[in-house]
Amino acid sequence: MININHYLLLSALLFSIGLFGALSKKNAVAILLCIELMLNAININLVAFTRYLQPGDITGQVFAVFVIVVAAAEIALALAIVIAVYRRRETIAIENLDWLKW
Amino acid sequence: MGLSGLLVYINDLFVNHVFDLVFLVISFITVLSALGVVFFRNIVHSALSLVVTFLGVAALFITLEAEYLAFVQVLVYGGAVSVLIVFALMLIQRGTVKETNMFGRLAIPALFTAFAVFALLGWALWQKSWTAKVVPAPAAAGNAVFNLAEVMLSQYVFPFEIAAVLLLVAMIAAIVIGKEVKGTK
Repeated sequence: MININHYLLLSALLFSIGLFGALSKKNAVAILLCIELMLNAININLVAFTRYLQPGDITGQVFAVFVIVVAAAEIALALAIVIAVYRRRETIAIENLDWLKW
Repeated sequence: MGLSGLLVYINDLFVNHVFDLVFLVISFITVLSALGVVFFRNIVHSALSLVVTFLGVAALFITLEAEYLAFVQVLVYGGAVSVLIVFALMLIQRGTVKETNMFGRLAIPALFTAFAVFALLGWALWQKSWTAKVVPAPAAAGNAVFNLAEVMLSQYVFPFEIAAVLLLVAMIAAIVIGKEVKGTK
């Protein structure tokens, strides 16, 4: 029987996959994709908690909606930054973006 | 046992455990496509794989009786965010797109970190077994959205307004940052 633990385990797995990608990728857009993956995993967690531990209450779904809003704003801004960086530098490899390093 | 026993078992699986079966299939597809996002060597393939992951998460929301969230997930992630990503990739990639999604120097430490985080989360799950409350009968279809709107526009109206301002700010900032700058080249 599927219960909350299965959902949480799936969410943890997705989060770890996203974390691995976000830490290891070279391409800035690929890192953004992996961050989206992690945010999705968190949304599954929120909805599963509210479904199984507070049945009838939908606070978790409201939180998930806010997470989606913030994720959409984040991806739009981050892609704009990536395009601006590419225009100046002709590269989006994260290892080359070290202006602030000293 | 034999073949008839197997058939009885499969029949039982389909009759009594349809939900489990659906969950397993959806989660298998979701995790597989999530692995594809990380391990495809072509960034466009990664982006398309991510769309499959988004749709899988939307299906998981439906199994969790969050239909409104599933619609929002398909619209915002499956539609807007994926189109945005593909457009950005088209603007950025120059020349060949082969091997555009490679691992950096820190792949091995990142793998260890990810495994450690997963082990930690799994251990925490093992320690604390959540006892689910009595699962109610699914509410009527129209009711869920109504309840969501009521909670969001009364109890959480300030976060709602702040989210609206955040979207406006992000939109303006994206336009300003992405605008062609004269005289940089």
